[in-house]
This record gives sequence, C-alpha cells and structure tokens, in this order.
Amino acid sequence: MSDTHTNSGNAFWAGLMKAKPAKPGEIYGVPGQGDSLKISAFVIAALIFFWWLVTYAGLIKPLFLPSPMGVINALLTMLREGFTGVSFWEHTWVSTLRVFGAFLLACVIGIPLGIAMGMNPIARGIFDPPIEFYRPIPPLAYLPLMIIWFGIDELSKVLLIFLSVLAPLVLGARAGVRSAAIEQIHAAYSFGATRWQVIRMVVLPAAMPEIFTAMRVGIGFGWTTLVAAEMVAATSGLGYTVLSASRFLQTDIVIMGIVVIAIIAYAFDHLVRFVERRVVPWKGRG
Amino acid sequence: MTALAIKNASVFYPVPGKPPVHALKNINLEIFEKEFVVALGASGCGKSTLLNLIAGFMAPSEGEISLNGRVVTGPGADRSVVFQKHALLPWLNVLDNVAFGLKIQGHNQDKREGIAREFIKLLGLEQFEQSATYELSGGMQQRVGIARALTSDPAILLMDEPLGALDALTRERAQELILKVWRDTGKMVFFITHSVEEALFMGTKLIVMSPRPGRISHVFDLPFSQRYFESGNARAIKASAEFIALREEVLKIIFADEAGAIDE
Repeated sequence: MSDTHTNSGNAFWAGLMKAKPAKPGEIYGVPGQGDSLKISAFVIAALIFFWWLVTYAGLIKPLFLPSPMGVINALLTMLREGFTGVSFWEHTWVSTLRVFGAFLLACVIGIPLGIAMGMNPIARGIFDPPIEFYRPIPPLAYLPLMIIWFGIDELSKVLLIFLSVLAPLVLGARAGVRSAAIEQIHAAYSFGATRWQVIRMVVLPAAMPEIFTAMRVGIGFGWTTLVAAEMVAATSGLGYTVLSASRFLQTDIVIMGIVVIAIIAYAFDHLVRFVERRVVPWKGRG
Repeated sequence: MTALAIKNASVFYPVPGKPPVHALKNINLEIFEKEFVVALGASGCGKSTLLNLIAGFMAPSEGEISLNGRVVTGPGADRSVVFQKHALLPWLNVLDNVAFGLKIQGHNQDKREGIAREFIKLLGLEQFEQSATYELSGGMQQRVGIARALTSDPAILLMDEPLGALDALTRERAQELILKVWRDTGKMVFFITHSVEEALFMGTKLIVMSPRPGRISHVFDLPFSQRYFESGNARAIKASAEFIALREEVLKIIFADEAGAIDE
C-alpha cells in the first residue's frame, strides 16, 4: 500500500520534472491547456454526493450539516410560507435591490472618479488618500459609524455595500486609463482632439476591459457585504434570513440562503462576462 | 516655396550634476512642397525626437518649427502622423478607424463615411471596411493608419517607421503603395526608417542623422523614386549599380556612428 503510494507520488513528480510530448493540432506548452469543464462538473457532483453520504449515514448531526434534501425542503417551505412573515421572493428581491442599487451607484460615481484620478494629478492627489484609507477596513468595522451617521434605514445599508463596491471600481478604472497606448492618444490629438474628446473617444473605450474586470470584482464585494449590511434593523433580505436563521440554529435555512446568494452572484457574473464579450471582443487582441 | 521650416531646433534633457544631454542640437531643415524627406540614422540619433517636434508632441528647448509660416506649438490636423504600431482603435471597425479624425473634427456621418471611403479605396481596403482591425494583417493595419492620416487633408504626413513591423515582402509592396499615394496626393512626407534601402528608394531627399548630440550629418538628393514612377520596376532600381554604391556609402556613415557608440 505504502509502496504504491510512493510510486504514484514519484510518477506525479516525475511528470512535472520532464517535458511533455507534443500533440498534433495543439500549440505546445500553453499553460493550463485543456478542458476543465468535465472535471468541474464531476467535482460538484462528487461534493454533493459526499454531502449526502455523510448526512445519510448519520455521521454529522443535522444541526451542524443538514442533508441536501433538508436544504431543498427548507427552500420549498420558505417558498410556501415565507420566513418571518416575509415571502422568499421579497427577501430575494430586497437584497438584490440593495446590492444592485449600490453597484449601479458605485459604477456611476466610481468609473468617472477612477478615470479622473488616472488622468489628472489633482484628482489623484485629492481622492487617493481617503480611498486608500478606507479600502482595507472591513465593512463590519465601520458599520456602526454608518448607522450613527445615516440611520437604520435603507440609506446606511446601501451606502455600506456601495463603499465596498466603490474601491475596486475606482482602482480598476484608474488602472484602465493606462491601457490606452500613447500612439492612440497622440493620433487623436494630432487630429485636433480636445482633452475631453481624448478621454471619451480613446481613454474610456481602452479602459473598458479593465472596468469590466473591476465590475466583476466589485459586485462580488457587494454580495460579501450584504450580510453585514442586513445585520442591524433589517426585517427582510437574504442576509437577514441567514443571520436570523442562525440565531435559531436553523442550519438548513442558513445553507439555503447561502446557496441562493451564490446562485444570484454567479448568474450575474456570467451576465457581465456575456456583456463583456459583446462590448469588448477585442480584449487582449488590441 | 518652403512649407516646413525647422530653425536651430535643439532638445536637451537636464541631468543632475552633469552637462545636459543633447537629444538634438541645432537642427536646420526645410521641407518643400511635394518633397519626400527620409530620416535615417543609428539608434539614439534623434530621428523620432525630430518627428515629435514636427508633430507638436514635444516642444524644442531652443529654436522653432513653422509650417506655412505658422509656428508649431502643439499637435494639429495639418500634420498627420502614421505610427509604427498600436495606433488603431480596436473597438472601431476599419471604416470608423479611418473616419476617426473626421469624427473628432465634428463632421456628420455622411461626410465622414464619404471621405473615409475615398481613402479606403485609395489604399485598397474596400473589402475590409467592416472588419475588426485586429483581424487584419500587419500590412493591412498600416494601410488603415495611412488612410486615417490622409482624411484630415494634412499639409505633411509624418511617418515614424511605418513599415518597421512588416515582413520583408509585405514591406516592399507597402513601399510602392506609399510612393503611389504620395504621388497621387502631392503631400509633403517626413519618413523615418532604419532600412537604408527603403530610405534610398522612397525619398527625394535623405537626411542622415548622427548621435551624441543628435544632428543632421549628411544630406543627399535622391533620384530613385522618380525612376520608379517611370519604369515601375522597383527591384531593378534597387539592384542598379548607382543605388548599390550609394547604399554602401550611407551604410559606411551609419556603421561609423554605431562603432563610435561602442567605443564610448
């Protein structure tokens, strides 16, 4: 037994320590070459199976980890009866609205701000210190301040999420400014372009790939902050659902809430990627 | 009549604790109407700096540049630039890239596309109008760049090694195409290249530049492009004894500069 283990370990290392043979119709040596979709599908199926197995065999109590069927039942119950008097769809809708409202606000403010910081030393000088100051602070740390300053209503919740989305968007747009080649900028100026025209017709389109990446990172931060935003004085929302369920040790609802958040976030990420392929098909090929 | 005049232009960079570095020193150059001036020289001789001065991307430390009597103070549509690479906009198709300068100048869509199509035709890009620029070969991309530069009807075309990134065969065909465009449009051209053969073949005037400090060390008048228009046989001209003799003479000058650089 230990012999075979050592052998397969050796085989793995031996594989890394030598060159691969070339294959027909394939460019040699591209890192990460090959399809990973089947492996991923298999891993997901295996994880769910393993989850089912340990709960079915009674190795873990439902309090700690309910079975897959238990989570689905929690979802069905919630669809039928709601949670704390609010329907499943309203919980989902309220949270989605908070995250996307904050996200849109962050786009409207963060992208122009990032472009301005990339283009102009004065804007960079003004906004760099506050953004770099608050960026690494966990939203939970300034949540009390947000509540003291902006009250316990929607405003403080949306602002909390907004702040977590804003920083990556600003940084992405600011870095994206450098994507425009100096030749592209010079070409525009030599046609008599104004600085505003250069920003609008060269710098902003050239920055779009980086901005899309920043949007994907940003919306991820938004969902991460959702639970924190719904910790205080919320009566609905997916984050609120997860938190209150955890207080009553309703682990099945906690897991269901997590999965629903993950599914929405994942679906939106794919939507952004789809739009990205449409809007910037030239990404990486310019 | 002089159209472009460079008078005593110098560019120097301050170096802390040392005398300033002269990228260009006392450049005097006149480009007359319908002239095709080629700048050639070892690396670091200031060719690109000179082009940037004319384009208005850089101001001279001393001296001045004027075009048709007006002093150059910044970039402008009377001086179009064709870059070596990276200058097209990949989010626009070929037609919109060619029309880009006209859009900046505020022309309406009909006029933009009318003018752009005229130059797309001149450069032989008709079938690629709707193509993405990144799908084109290097040679085709340069044609788009040249067509775009021509749309603003500039007094002078500034070409910064426009063929430097092309393979040898494409390059020879592009040389002939640029010569024909130059003949048909009658623009002044200031053309930078590293290739002695290209310089001799294309220019009506050759300026050889030397480094440290960047300066014009030799000037030659060239007959070869005129002969090409008469005979249409580019290779025969490039293989003629006169062409080869001049090529070797110019190469000697440049090699001497390069050797000087190694000795320092």
